[in-house]
Amino acid sequence: MSAESSEPASAEEQKEMEDKVISPEKVEEAKLKARYPHLGQKPGGSDFLRKRLQKGQKYFDSGDYNMAKAKMKNKQLPAAAPDKTEVTGDHIPTPQDLPQRKPSLVASKLAG
Amino acid sequence: MAGVAGGGGGGGSNDFQWCFSQVKGAIDEDVAEADIISTVEFNYSGDLLATGDKGGRVVIFQREQENKSRPHSRGEYNVYSTFQSHEPEFDYLKSLEIEEKINKIRWLPQQNAAHFLLSTNDKTIKLWKISERDKRAEGYNLKDEDGRLRDPFRITALRVPILKPMDLMVEASPRRIFANAHTYHINSISVNSDHETYLSADDLRINLWHLEITDRSFNIVDIKPANMEELTEVITAAEFHPHHCNVFVYSSSKGTIRLCDMRSSALCDRHSKFFEEPEDPSSRSFFSEIISSISDVKFSHSGRYMMTRDYLSVKVWDLNMENRPVETYQVHEYLRSKLCSLYENDCIFDKFECCWNGSDSAIMTGSYNNFFRMFDRNTRRDITLEASRESSKPRAILKPRKVCTGGKRKKDEISVDSLDFNKKILHTAWHPMENIIAVAATNNLYIFQDKIN
Repeated sequence: MSAESSEPASAEEQKEMEDKVISPEKVEEAKLKARYPHLGQKPGGSDFLRKRLQKGQKYFDSGDYNMAKAKMKNKQLPAAAPDKTEVTGDHIPTPQDLPQRKPSLVASKLAG
Repeated sequence: MAGVAGGGGGGGSNDFQWCFSQVKGAIDEDVAEADIISTVEFNYSGDLLATGDKGGRVVIFQREQENKSRPHSRGEYNVYSTFQSHEPEFDYLKSLEIEEKINKIRWLPQQNAAHFLLSTNDKTIKLWKISERDKRAEGYNLKDEDGRLRDPFRITALRVPILKPMDLMVEASPRRIFANAHTYHINSISVNSDHETYLSADDLRINLWHLEITDRSFNIVDIKPANMEELTEVITAAEFHPHHCNVFVYSSSKGTIRLCDMRSSALCDRHSKFFEEPEDPSSRSFFSEIISSISDVKFSHSGRYMMTRDYLSVKVWDLNMENRPVETYQVHEYLRSKLCSLYENDCIFDKFECCWNGSDSAIMTGSYNNFFRMFDRNTRRDITLEASRESSKPRAILKPRKVCTGGKRKKDEISVDSLDFNKKILHTAWHPMENIIAVAATNNLYIFQDKIN
Protein backbone atom coordinates (compact mmCIF):
# COMPACT_ATOMS: atom_id res chain seq x y z
CA MET A 1 0.00 0.00 0.00
CA SER A 2 1.19 3.55 -0.54
CA ALA A 3 3.17 5.13 2.28
CA GLU A 4 1.75 8.11 4.04
CA SER A 5 3.52 11.38 3.37
CA SER A 6 4.98 13.08 6.39
CA GLU A 7 4.68 16.49 4.73
CA PRO A 8 1.45 18.41 4.63
CA ALA A 9 -0.27 17.62 1.35
CA SER A 10 -2.61 19.77 -0.71
CA ALA A 11 -6.29 18.89 -0.71
CA GLU A 12 -5.96 17.29 -4.14
CA GLU A 13 -2.98 15.20 -3.20
CA GLN A 14 -4.72 14.18 -0.04
CA LYS A 15 -7.78 12.99 -1.97
CA GLU A 16 -5.51 11.06 -4.30
CA MET A 17 -3.82 9.43 -1.37
CA GLU A 18 -7.17 8.66 0.15
CA ASP A 19 -8.25 7.11 -3.10
CA LYS A 20 -5.15 4.97 -3.12
CA VAL A 21 -5.66 3.91 0.44
CA ILE A 22 -9.34 3.22 -0.06
CA SER A 23 -9.18 1.57 -3.43
CA PRO A 24 -6.37 -0.83 -4.29
CA GLU A 25 -8.44 -1.60 -7.37
CA LYS A 26 -7.94 1.92 -8.72
CA VAL A 27 -4.19 1.62 -8.14
CA GLU A 28 -4.20 -1.58 -10.15
CA GLU A 29 -6.29 0.07 -12.84
CA ALA A 30 -3.76 2.88 -13.11
CA LYS A 31 -0.97 0.34 -13.43
CA LEU A 32 -2.79 -1.45 -16.23
CA LYS A 33 -3.59 1.74 -18.11
CA ALA A 34 0.06 2.74 -17.83
CA ARG A 35 1.16 -0.51 -19.43
CA TYR A 36 -1.57 -0.68 -22.04
CA PRO A 37 -2.66 2.85 -22.85
CA HIS A 38 -4.85 1.70 -25.73
CA LEU A 39 -6.86 -0.73 -23.65
CA GLY A 40 -10.49 -0.70 -24.77
CA GLN A 41 -12.99 1.92 -23.82
CA LYS A 42 -15.44 -0.76 -22.85
CA PRO A 43 -13.66 -2.65 -20.12
CA GLY A 44 -14.74 -6.26 -19.82
CA GLY A 45 -17.30 -5.48 -22.46
CA SER A 46 -18.01 -6.74 -25.90
CA ASP A 47 -14.42 -7.27 -27.07
CA PHE A 48 -13.71 -9.63 -24.25
CA LEU A 49 -17.08 -11.35 -24.55
CA ARG A 50 -16.78 -11.80 -28.29
CA LYS A 51 -13.36 -13.36 -27.85
CA ARG A 52 -14.90 -15.75 -25.36
CA LEU A 53 -17.63 -16.73 -27.80
CA GLN A 54 -15.06 -17.41 -30.50
CA LYS A 55 -13.12 -20.00 -28.53
CA GLY A 56 -12.14 -22.91 -30.71
CA GLN A 57 -12.50 -21.03 -33.99
CA LYS A 58 -9.90 -22.06 -36.53
CA TYR A 59 -9.12 -20.19 -39.71
CA PHE A 60 -8.24 -21.86 -42.95
CA ASP A 61 -8.77 -20.80 -46.52
CA SER A 62 -8.16 -23.51 -49.07
CA GLY A 63 -7.71 -20.92 -51.79
CA ASP A 64 -4.95 -19.15 -49.88
CA TYR A 65 -3.38 -22.48 -49.06
CA ASN A 66 -3.25 -23.64 -52.66
CA MET A 67 -2.07 -20.27 -53.92
CA ALA A 68 0.71 -20.23 -51.37
CA LYS A 69 1.71 -23.74 -52.34
CA ALA A 70 1.74 -22.78 -56.01
CA LYS A 71 3.89 -19.72 -55.31
CA MET A 72 6.39 -21.73 -53.34
CA LYS A 73 6.41 -24.32 -56.13
CA ASN A 74 8.56 -27.13 -54.92
CA LYS A 75 9.64 -25.57 -51.69
CA GLN A 76 7.94 -26.36 -48.44
CA LEU A 77 5.57 -23.84 -46.97
CA PRO A 78 7.07 -22.09 -43.96
CA ALA A 79 6.22 -23.94 -40.81
CA ALA A 80 4.50 -22.16 -37.99
CA ALA A 81 6.52 -20.53 -35.28
CA PRO A 82 6.94 -22.66 -32.16
CA ASP A 83 4.46 -20.45 -30.43
CA LYS A 84 1.62 -21.34 -32.74
CA THR A 85 -1.18 -19.87 -30.73
CA GLU A 86 -2.69 -17.86 -33.50
CA VAL A 87 -2.70 -18.22 -37.21
CA THR A 88 -2.63 -14.72 -38.61
CA GLY A 89 -1.15 -12.58 -41.28
CA ASP A 90 1.04 -14.17 -43.91
CA HIS A 91 1.26 -17.49 -42.29
CA ILE A 92 -0.70 -20.16 -44.12
CA PRO A 93 -1.52 -23.16 -41.95
CA THR A 94 -0.12 -26.47 -43.15
CA PRO A 95 -1.05 -29.96 -42.06
CA GLN A 96 2.15 -30.07 -40.00
CA ASP A 97 0.95 -27.11 -37.99
CA LEU A 98 -2.23 -28.68 -36.83
CA PRO A 99 -2.16 -29.93 -33.26
CA GLN A 100 -2.89 -33.58 -32.76
CA ARG A 101 -6.57 -34.12 -32.33
CA LYS A 102 -6.47 -37.73 -31.34
CA PRO A 103 -8.61 -38.68 -28.41
CA SER A 104 -7.02 -39.88 -25.21
CA LEU A 105 -6.46 -43.57 -25.58
CA VAL A 106 -4.67 -43.66 -22.29
CA ALA A 107 -6.71 -44.32 -19.18
CA SER A 108 -6.97 -41.58 -16.60
CA LYS A 109 -4.23 -41.66 -13.97
CA LEU A 110 -6.91 -41.20 -11.32
CA ALA A 111 -7.94 -44.76 -12.02
CA GLY A 112 -4.42 -46.05 -11.63
CA MET B 1 -8.12 -23.16 15.53
CA ALA B 2 -11.34 -25.06 15.26
CA GLY B 3 -12.38 -26.27 11.89
CA VAL B 4 -15.47 -25.39 9.98
CA ALA B 5 -18.17 -27.79 9.01
CA GLY B 6 -21.73 -28.69 9.59
CA GLY B 7 -22.84 -32.22 10.21
CA GLY B 8 -25.52 -33.74 8.11
CA GLY B 9 -27.57 -34.33 11.16
CA GLY B 10 -25.49 -33.55 14.14
CA GLY B 11 -24.36 -30.05 13.36
CA GLY B 12 -20.83 -28.70 13.59
CA SER B 13 -18.98 -29.01 16.83
CA ASN B 14 -16.27 -26.71 18.08
CA ASP B 15 -13.72 -29.50 18.03
CA PHE B 16 -14.30 -30.34 14.43
CA GLN B 17 -11.18 -31.02 12.37
CA TRP B 18 -10.54 -32.06 8.82
CA CYS B 19 -8.17 -34.93 8.12
CA PHE B 20 -6.53 -36.18 5.03
CA SER B 21 -8.14 -39.35 3.76
CA GLN B 22 -6.99 -40.13 0.23
CA VAL B 23 -5.33 -38.64 -2.83
CA LYS B 24 -5.78 -39.92 -6.37
CA GLY B 25 -3.66 -39.20 -9.38
CA ALA B 26 -0.04 -39.06 -10.44
CA ILE B 27 2.64 -37.43 -8.35
CA ASP B 28 4.97 -36.33 -11.13
CA GLU B 29 5.57 -32.66 -11.71
CA ASP B 30 4.84 -32.80 -15.41
CA VAL B 31 1.11 -32.63 -15.66
CA ALA B 32 -0.40 -33.73 -18.96
CA GLU B 33 -3.16 -31.36 -20.03
CA ALA B 34 -5.57 -34.25 -20.44
CA ASP B 35 -5.20 -35.19 -16.77
CA ILE B 36 -6.42 -31.86 -15.47
CA ILE B 37 -9.65 -32.50 -13.56
CA SER B 38 -12.46 -30.31 -14.82
CA THR B 39 -15.42 -31.39 -12.70
CA VAL B 40 -16.15 -33.28 -9.46
CA GLU B 41 -19.58 -34.45 -8.30
CA PHE B 42 -20.98 -36.71 -5.60
CA ASN B 43 -24.18 -38.60 -6.39
CA TYR B 44 -27.31 -38.22 -4.27
CA SER B 45 -26.29 -40.83 -1.70
CA GLY B 46 -22.64 -39.82 -1.63
CA ASP B 47 -21.60 -43.39 -2.32
CA LEU B 48 -20.35 -42.48 -5.77
CA LEU B 49 -17.96 -39.69 -6.67
CA ALA B 50 -17.45 -38.80 -10.33
CA THR B 51 -14.65 -36.79 -11.89
CA GLY B 52 -14.27 -35.55 -15.44
CA ASP B 53 -11.06 -34.32 -17.02
CA LYS B 54 -9.77 -32.30 -19.95
CA GLY B 55 -9.07 -35.52 -21.85
CA GLY B 56 -12.79 -36.29 -21.93
CA ARG B 57 -12.54 -39.16 -19.46
CA VAL B 58 -14.80 -39.88 -16.53
CA VAL B 59 -13.62 -41.76 -13.45
CA ILE B 60 -16.17 -42.88 -10.87
CA PHE B 61 -15.15 -43.81 -7.35
CA GLN B 62 -17.29 -45.84 -4.99
CA ARG B 63 -17.25 -45.68 -1.25
CA GLU B 64 -16.30 -48.92 0.42
CA GLN B 65 -18.79 -50.43 2.80
CA GLU B 66 -17.94 -50.35 6.47
CA ASN B 67 -15.98 -53.42 7.27
CA LYS B 68 -15.17 -54.38 10.84
CA SER B 69 -12.11 -56.33 9.81
CA ARG B 70 -10.67 -53.32 7.99
CA PRO B 71 -11.66 -50.30 10.04
CA HIS B 72 -9.19 -48.02 8.29
CA SER B 73 -10.90 -48.38 4.97
CA ARG B 74 -14.14 -47.10 6.38
CA GLY B 75 -15.50 -44.83 3.77
CA GLU B 76 -12.58 -45.10 1.36
CA TYR B 77 -13.31 -44.28 -2.23
CA ASN B 78 -11.96 -46.70 -4.80
CA VAL B 79 -12.26 -46.80 -8.55
CA TYR B 80 -15.60 -48.20 -9.64
CA SER B 81 -15.69 -47.38 -13.32
CA THR B 82 -13.82 -45.31 -15.88
CA PHE B 83 -14.66 -44.53 -19.47
CA GLN B 84 -14.02 -42.13 -22.31
CA SER B 85 -17.05 -39.89 -22.35
CA HIS B 86 -16.22 -37.35 -25.06
CA GLU B 87 -13.67 -37.18 -27.84
CA PRO B 88 -12.20 -34.19 -29.61
CA GLU B 89 -14.17 -33.18 -32.66
CA PHE B 90 -13.90 -30.72 -35.49
CA ASP B 91 -16.95 -29.02 -36.90
CA TYR B 92 -15.99 -28.63 -40.53
CA LEU B 93 -18.91 -26.41 -41.42
CA LYS B 94 -18.04 -23.84 -38.81
CA SER B 95 -14.30 -24.47 -38.72
CA LEU B 96 -14.64 -24.96 -35.03
CA GLU B 97 -12.50 -27.14 -32.84
CA ILE B 98 -14.54 -28.86 -30.14
CA GLU B 99 -12.67 -29.78 -26.99
CA GLU B 100 -13.32 -33.09 -25.32
CA LYS B 101 -12.99 -31.52 -21.90
CA ILE B 102 -15.84 -32.51 -19.57
CA ASN B 103 -17.34 -29.27 -18.34
CA LYS B 104 -19.90 -30.73 -15.99
CA ILE B 105 -21.18 -34.03 -14.64
CA ARG B 106 -24.57 -34.30 -12.98
CA TRP B 107 -25.98 -37.47 -11.50
CA LEU B 108 -29.57 -38.54 -11.93
CA PRO B 109 -31.39 -39.73 -8.82
CA GLN B 110 -31.15 -43.48 -8.63
CA GLN B 111 -34.27 -45.32 -9.70
CA ASN B 112 -33.05 -48.89 -10.11
CA ALA B 113 -29.89 -50.93 -9.75
CA ALA B 114 -28.07 -48.94 -12.41
CA HIS B 115 -26.61 -45.46 -12.01
CA PHE B 116 -27.11 -42.70 -14.52
CA LEU B 117 -25.19 -39.51 -15.06
CA LEU B 118 -25.11 -36.69 -17.56
CA SER B 119 -21.73 -35.51 -18.79
CA THR B 120 -21.17 -32.61 -21.13
CA ASN B 121 -18.41 -30.96 -23.11
CA ASP B 122 -18.79 -27.65 -24.96
CA LYS B 123 -21.35 -28.96 -27.41
CA THR B 124 -22.77 -32.38 -26.61
CA ILE B 125 -24.45 -33.84 -23.54
CA LYS B 126 -24.44 -37.58 -22.97
CA LEU B 127 -26.47 -39.76 -20.66
CA TRP B 128 -24.38 -42.62 -19.35
CA LYS B 129 -25.66 -45.78 -17.71
CA ILE B 130 -23.33 -47.45 -15.27
CA SER B 131 -24.43 -50.95 -14.40
CA GLU B 132 -23.01 -53.94 -12.62
CA ARG B 133 -22.86 -57.39 -13.99
CA ASP B 134 -22.06 -60.22 -11.62
CA LYS B 135 -23.70 -63.14 -13.37
CA ARG B 136 -23.08 -64.78 -16.68
CA ALA B 137 -25.28 -67.19 -18.58
CA GLU B 138 -23.69 -70.50 -19.51
CA GLY B 139 -24.89 -73.45 -21.48
CA TYR B 140 -26.30 -71.86 -24.59
CA ASN B 141 -27.59 -74.11 -27.29
CA LEU B 142 -26.65 -72.20 -30.40
CA LYS B 143 -23.16 -71.17 -29.38
CA ASP B 144 -20.45 -72.79 -27.35
CA GLU B 145 -18.56 -71.28 -24.42
CA ASP B 146 -16.12 -69.44 -26.70
CA GLY B 147 -18.96 -67.75 -28.47
CA ARG B 148 -18.52 -69.69 -31.67
CA LEU B 149 -21.74 -70.61 -33.34
CA ARG B 150 -22.68 -74.24 -33.23
CA ASP B 151 -23.96 -75.96 -36.31
CA PRO B 152 -27.70 -76.35 -35.64
CA PHE B 153 -27.77 -79.71 -37.38
CA ARG B 154 -25.26 -81.07 -34.89
CA ILE B 155 -27.41 -80.24 -31.90
CA THR B 156 -29.13 -83.33 -30.65
CA ALA B 157 -30.28 -82.23 -27.23
CA LEU B 158 -31.57 -78.99 -25.76
CA ARG B 159 -30.48 -77.52 -22.48
CA VAL B 160 -31.57 -74.53 -20.44
CA PRO B 161 -28.81 -71.98 -19.92
CA ILE B 162 -28.03 -71.34 -16.26
CA LEU B 163 -26.77 -68.19 -14.57
CA LYS B 164 -23.40 -68.54 -12.95
CA PRO B 165 -21.69 -65.94 -10.74
CA MET B 166 -18.74 -64.07 -12.19
CA ASP B 167 -16.33 -61.39 -11.05
CA LEU B 168 -18.07 -58.06 -10.75
CA MET B 169 -17.89 -56.09 -13.95
CA VAL B 170 -18.98 -52.48 -14.09
CA GLU B 171 -20.04 -51.33 -17.51
CA ALA B 172 -20.66 -47.82 -18.74
CA SER B 173 -22.71 -47.32 -21.86
CA PRO B 174 -23.96 -44.15 -23.50
CA ARG B 175 -27.74 -44.34 -23.51
CA ARG B 176 -28.58 -40.94 -25.01
CA ILE B 177 -26.63 -38.38 -26.94
CA PHE B 178 -28.04 -34.87 -26.89
CA ALA B 179 -26.27 -33.06 -29.68
CA ASN B 180 -26.52 -30.10 -32.01
CA ALA B 181 -28.55 -27.85 -29.76
CA HIS B 182 -25.88 -25.36 -28.77
CA THR B 183 -24.18 -22.80 -30.97
CA TYR B 184 -22.10 -21.51 -28.08
CA HIS B 185 -20.19 -23.30 -25.35
CA ILE B 186 -22.14 -25.24 -22.73
CA ASN B 187 -21.24 -24.13 -19.22
CA SER B 188 -23.95 -25.85 -17.14
CA ILE B 189 -26.34 -28.74 -17.00
CA SER B 190 -28.91 -29.25 -14.27
CA VAL B 191 -31.29 -32.13 -13.66
CA ASN B 192 -34.81 -31.09 -12.76
CA SER B 193 -36.57 -32.25 -9.60
CA ASP B 194 -39.17 -33.89 -11.82
CA HIS B 195 -36.46 -36.41 -12.77
CA GLU B 196 -37.65 -36.25 -16.35
CA THR B 197 -36.12 -33.10 -17.72
CA TYR B 198 -32.88 -31.19 -17.49
CA LEU B 199 -31.50 -27.90 -18.72
CA SER B 200 -28.29 -27.10 -20.55
CA ALA B 201 -26.94 -23.57 -20.71
CA ASP B 202 -24.40 -22.00 -23.05
CA ASP B 203 -23.12 -18.42 -23.21
CA LEU B 204 -26.31 -17.04 -24.72
CA ARG B 205 -29.04 -19.68 -24.52
CA ILE B 206 -30.62 -22.19 -22.19
CA ASN B 207 -32.34 -25.31 -23.49
CA LEU B 208 -34.75 -27.69 -21.81
CA TRP B 209 -34.50 -31.37 -22.62
CA HIS B 210 -36.48 -34.47 -21.83
CA LEU B 211 -34.16 -37.26 -20.77
CA GLU B 212 -35.84 -39.68 -23.18
CA ILE B 213 -35.82 -37.42 -26.23
CA THR B 214 -32.64 -36.53 -28.04
CA ASP B 215 -33.87 -35.05 -31.29
CA ARG B 216 -35.71 -32.14 -29.77
CA SER B 217 -34.95 -29.51 -27.20
CA PHE B 218 -36.88 -26.42 -26.13
CA ASN B 219 -35.14 -23.10 -25.95
CA ILE B 220 -36.22 -21.38 -22.75
CA VAL B 221 -33.79 -18.48 -22.52
CA ASP B 222 -32.19 -16.56 -25.37
CA ILE B 223 -30.16 -13.47 -24.62
CA LYS B 224 -28.48 -13.19 -27.98
CA PRO B 225 -28.84 -9.61 -29.19
CA ALA B 226 -30.03 -8.98 -32.75
CA ASN B 227 -26.75 -7.21 -33.37
CA MET B 228 -23.75 -8.94 -31.82
CA GLU B 229 -22.05 -5.56 -31.50
CA GLU B 230 -24.53 -4.88 -28.73
CA LEU B 231 -23.49 -7.90 -26.72
CA THR B 232 -22.84 -6.85 -23.14
CA GLU B 233 -23.30 -9.95 -21.04
CA VAL B 234 -23.26 -13.73 -21.25
CA ILE B 235 -24.78 -16.55 -19.23
CA THR B 236 -22.21 -18.04 -16.90
CA ALA B 237 -24.14 -20.72 -14.96
CA ALA B 238 -27.67 -22.09 -14.55
CA GLU B 239 -29.42 -24.43 -12.16
CA PHE B 240 -32.87 -25.82 -11.49
CA HIS B 241 -34.47 -25.25 -8.11
CA PRO B 242 -34.11 -28.40 -5.98
CA HIS B 243 -37.85 -28.70 -5.27
CA HIS B 244 -39.84 -26.47 -7.61
CA CYS B 245 -39.61 -28.04 -11.04
CA ASN B 246 -40.77 -24.87 -12.77
CA VAL B 247 -38.06 -22.61 -11.32
CA PHE B 248 -34.47 -22.16 -12.40
CA VAL B 249 -31.83 -19.45 -12.09
CA TYR B 250 -29.05 -18.27 -14.35
CA SER B 251 -26.13 -16.00 -13.57
CA SER B 252 -24.36 -13.54 -15.84
CA SER B 253 -20.94 -12.09 -16.51
CA LYS B 254 -22.21 -8.81 -15.06
CA GLY B 255 -22.78 -10.26 -11.60
CA THR B 256 -26.54 -10.58 -11.81
CA ILE B 257 -28.82 -13.57 -11.26
CA ARG B 258 -32.18 -14.05 -12.87
CA LEU B 259 -34.77 -16.42 -11.50
CA CYS B 260 -37.24 -17.70 -14.06
CA ASP B 261 -40.56 -19.48 -13.76
CA MET B 262 -41.43 -21.78 -16.65
CA ARG B 263 -45.09 -21.59 -15.79
CA SER B 264 -45.28 -17.90 -16.55
CA SER B 265 -44.24 -18.21 -20.17
CA ALA B 266 -42.66 -20.61 -22.59
CA LEU B 267 -39.73 -18.37 -23.32
CA CYS B 268 -38.24 -17.17 -20.07
CA ASP B 269 -36.45 -14.12 -21.44
CA ARG B 270 -38.31 -12.06 -18.87
CA HIS B 271 -37.23 -13.00 -15.42
CA SER B 272 -39.46 -13.40 -12.41
CA LYS B 273 -36.79 -12.14 -10.05
CA PHE B 274 -33.63 -10.18 -10.64
CA PHE B 275 -30.85 -10.35 -8.08
CA GLU B 276 -28.16 -7.70 -8.11
CA GLU B 277 -26.15 -6.05 -5.40
CA PRO B 278 -26.01 -2.28 -5.86
CA GLU B 279 -22.54 -1.00 -6.63
CA ASP B 280 -20.95 2.17 -5.41
CA PRO B 281 -20.33 4.04 -8.68
CA SER B 282 -17.35 5.88 -7.26
CA SER B 283 -15.52 2.64 -6.63
CA ARG B 284 -15.96 1.42 -10.17
CA SER B 285 -12.79 0.50 -12.03
CA PHE B 286 -11.72 -1.29 -15.17
CA PHE B 287 -11.82 -4.54 -13.23
CA SER B 288 -15.21 -4.11 -11.58
CA GLU B 289 -17.25 -5.94 -14.17
CA ILE B 290 -14.71 -8.68 -14.70
CA ILE B 291 -14.44 -9.55 -11.02
CA SER B 292 -18.18 -9.34 -10.56
CA SER B 293 -18.74 -12.03 -13.18
CA ILE B 294 -20.40 -14.97 -11.48
CA SER B 295 -18.58 -18.23 -12.11
CA ASP B 296 -20.98 -20.54 -10.25
CA VAL B 297 -24.48 -20.51 -8.80
CA LYS B 298 -25.81 -23.21 -6.46
CA PHE B 299 -29.13 -23.53 -4.67
CA SER B 300 -29.01 -24.57 -1.04
CA HIS B 301 -30.41 -28.03 -0.32
CA SER B 302 -33.33 -26.37 1.40
CA GLY B 303 -34.15 -24.41 -1.71
CA ARG B 304 -34.49 -21.24 0.29
CA TYR B 305 -31.12 -19.75 -0.56
CA MET B 306 -28.69 -19.67 -3.42
CA MET B 307 -24.98 -19.03 -3.42
CA THR B 308 -22.94 -17.26 -6.09
CA ARG B 309 -19.18 -17.18 -6.60
CA ASP B 310 -17.48 -14.21 -8.19
CA TYR B 311 -13.75 -13.68 -8.44
CA LEU B 312 -13.10 -12.47 -4.91
CA SER B 313 -16.11 -13.53 -2.88
CA VAL B 314 -18.97 -15.92 -2.24
CA LYS B 315 -22.43 -14.51 -1.64
CA VAL B 316 -25.49 -16.14 -0.16
CA TRP B 317 -28.81 -14.80 -1.40
CA ASP B 318 -32.24 -15.25 0.12
CA LEU B 319 -34.59 -15.99 -2.77
CA ASN B 320 -37.05 -13.59 -1.21
CA MET B 321 -34.67 -10.66 -1.32
CA GLU B 322 -33.44 -9.42 -4.65
CA ASN B 323 -31.66 -6.22 -3.82
CA ARG B 324 -28.67 -7.62 -1.98
CA PRO B 325 -27.15 -10.85 -0.69
CA VAL B 326 -27.80 -11.81 2.92
CA GLU B 327 -24.23 -12.97 3.46
CA THR B 328 -20.94 -12.13 1.78
CA TYR B 329 -17.73 -14.02 2.41
CA GLN B 330 -14.34 -12.81 1.21
CA VAL B 331 -12.37 -15.63 -0.32
CA HIS B 332 -9.08 -13.89 -1.05
CA GLU B 333 -9.56 -10.16 -0.72
CA TYR B 334 -5.76 -9.70 -0.74
CA LEU B 335 -5.88 -10.30 -4.49
CA ARG B 336 -7.61 -6.97 -5.03
CA SER B 337 -4.23 -5.26 -5.02
CA LYS B 338 -2.90 -7.75 -7.57
CA LEU B 339 -5.61 -7.37 -10.18
CA CYS B 340 -3.30 -5.86 -12.77
CA SER B 341 -1.00 -8.88 -12.90
CA LEU B 342 -3.93 -11.27 -12.53
CA TYR B 343 -5.43 -9.65 -15.61
CA GLU B 344 -2.17 -9.97 -17.51
CA ASN B 345 -1.76 -13.66 -16.72
CA ASP B 346 -5.47 -14.31 -17.32
CA CYS B 347 -6.04 -15.62 -13.80
CA ILE B 348 -8.72 -12.98 -13.33
CA PHE B 349 -10.86 -15.08 -15.68
CA ASP B 350 -10.52 -18.28 -13.63
CA LYS B 351 -13.90 -19.82 -12.88
CA PHE B 352 -14.13 -21.03 -9.31
CA GLU B 353 -17.01 -23.20 -8.18
CA CYS B 354 -18.61 -23.33 -4.76
CA CYS B 355 -20.66 -25.85 -2.81
CA TRP B 356 -22.89 -26.28 0.23
CA ASN B 357 -22.60 -28.94 2.87
CA GLY B 358 -25.53 -31.27 3.41
CA SER B 359 -27.24 -29.18 6.07
CA ASP B 360 -26.51 -25.83 4.34
CA SER B 361 -24.67 -24.64 7.43
CA ALA B 362 -21.31 -24.35 5.69
CA ILE B 363 -19.99 -23.45 2.26
CA MET B 364 -16.72 -24.18 0.52
CA THR B 365 -14.83 -22.77 -2.42
CA GLY B 366 -11.32 -22.92 -3.85
CA SER B 367 -8.50 -20.42 -4.21
CA TYR B 368 -4.89 -20.38 -5.40
CA ASN B 369 -1.80 -22.13 -4.09
CA ASN B 370 -3.99 -25.22 -3.67
CA PHE B 371 -5.80 -23.46 -0.87
CA PHE B 372 -9.50 -23.87 -0.34
CA ARG B 373 -11.78 -21.99 2.01
CA MET B 374 -14.70 -22.97 4.18
CA PHE B 375 -17.19 -20.69 5.85
CA ASP B 376 -19.50 -21.67 8.70
CA ARG B 377 -22.67 -19.67 8.25
CA ASN B 378 -23.72 -20.01 11.88
CA THR B 379 -20.52 -19.23 13.73
CA ARG B 380 -19.19 -16.95 10.97
CA ARG B 381 -15.85 -18.69 11.33
CA ASP B 382 -13.77 -19.35 8.28
CA ILE B 383 -10.78 -21.52 7.61
CA THR B 384 -8.19 -21.89 4.88
CA LEU B 385 -6.84 -25.35 4.18
CA GLU B 386 -4.38 -26.68 1.67
CA ALA B 387 -4.48 -29.73 -0.57
CA SER B 388 -0.88 -30.80 -0.74
CA ARG B 389 1.18 -33.94 -0.78
CA GLU B 390 3.04 -32.70 2.27
CA SER B 391 -0.02 -33.03 4.47
CA SER B 392 -1.01 -36.34 2.95
CA LYS B 393 -0.31 -38.78 5.72
CA PRO B 394 -3.27 -41.00 6.50
CA ARG B 395 -5.67 -39.31 8.89
CA ALA B 396 -3.29 -36.38 9.31
CA ILE B 397 -5.15 -33.36 10.61
CA LEU B 398 -5.06 -30.44 8.23
CA LYS B 399 -3.45 -27.36 9.60
CA PRO B 400 -5.15 -24.04 8.90
CA ARG B 401 -3.21 -21.84 6.49
CA LYS B 402 -2.92 -18.09 6.48
CA VAL B 403 -1.96 -15.59 3.84
CA CYS B 404 -0.01 -12.63 5.09
CA THR B 405 -1.08 -9.34 3.57
CA GLY B 406 0.84 -6.83 5.62
CA GLY B 407 4.53 -6.27 6.01
CA LYS B 408 5.50 -8.66 8.77
CA ARG B 409 5.12 -12.25 7.81
CA LYS B 410 4.63 -14.60 10.72
CA LYS B 411 6.08 -18.07 10.72
CA ASP B 412 3.87 -20.50 8.76
CA GLU B 413 2.18 -17.67 6.93
CA ILE B 414 2.65 -17.28 3.23
CA SER B 415 2.94 -13.92 1.55
CA VAL B 416 0.68 -12.98 -1.33
CA ASP B 417 3.62 -12.75 -3.72
CA SER B 418 4.65 -16.33 -2.95
CA LEU B 419 1.29 -17.79 -3.90
CA ASP B 420 1.42 -20.19 -6.80
CA PHE B 421 -1.29 -19.04 -9.20
CA ASN B 422 -0.91 -22.16 -11.30
CA LYS B 423 -2.18 -24.27 -8.43
CA LYS B 424 -5.84 -23.42 -8.61
CA ILE B 425 -8.63 -25.23 -6.87
CA LEU B 426 -11.58 -24.59 -9.13
CA HIS B 427 -13.65 -27.68 -8.35
CA THR B 428 -14.74 -28.97 -4.96
CA ALA B 429 -17.60 -31.16 -3.79
CA TRP B 430 -19.18 -31.90 -0.43
CA HIS B 431 -20.81 -35.24 0.41
CA PRO B 432 -24.58 -34.73 0.57
CA MET B 433 -24.87 -35.99 4.13
CA GLU B 434 -21.51 -36.44 5.78
CA ASN B 435 -18.43 -34.39 6.35
CA ILE B 436 -16.47 -35.76 3.44
CA ILE B 437 -15.12 -33.41 0.80
CA ALA B 438 -13.48 -33.94 -2.56
CA VAL B 439 -11.05 -31.29 -3.77
CA ALA B 440 -9.57 -31.26 -7.27
CA ALA B 441 -6.05 -29.84 -7.35
CA THR B 442 -5.10 -29.75 -11.03
CA ASN B 443 -4.54 -33.44 -11.78
CA ASN B 444 -4.97 -34.79 -8.27
CA LEU B 445 -8.15 -35.53 -6.38
CA TYR B 446 -7.96 -35.13 -2.61
CA ILE B 447 -10.53 -36.58 -0.25
CA PHE B 448 -10.74 -35.22 3.27
CA GLN B 449 -12.93 -36.44 6.11
CA ASP B 450 -13.77 -35.47 9.62
CA LYS B 451 -11.66 -36.93 12.36
CA ILE B 452 -12.59 -40.43 13.37
CA ASN B 453 -12.70 -40.55 17.10
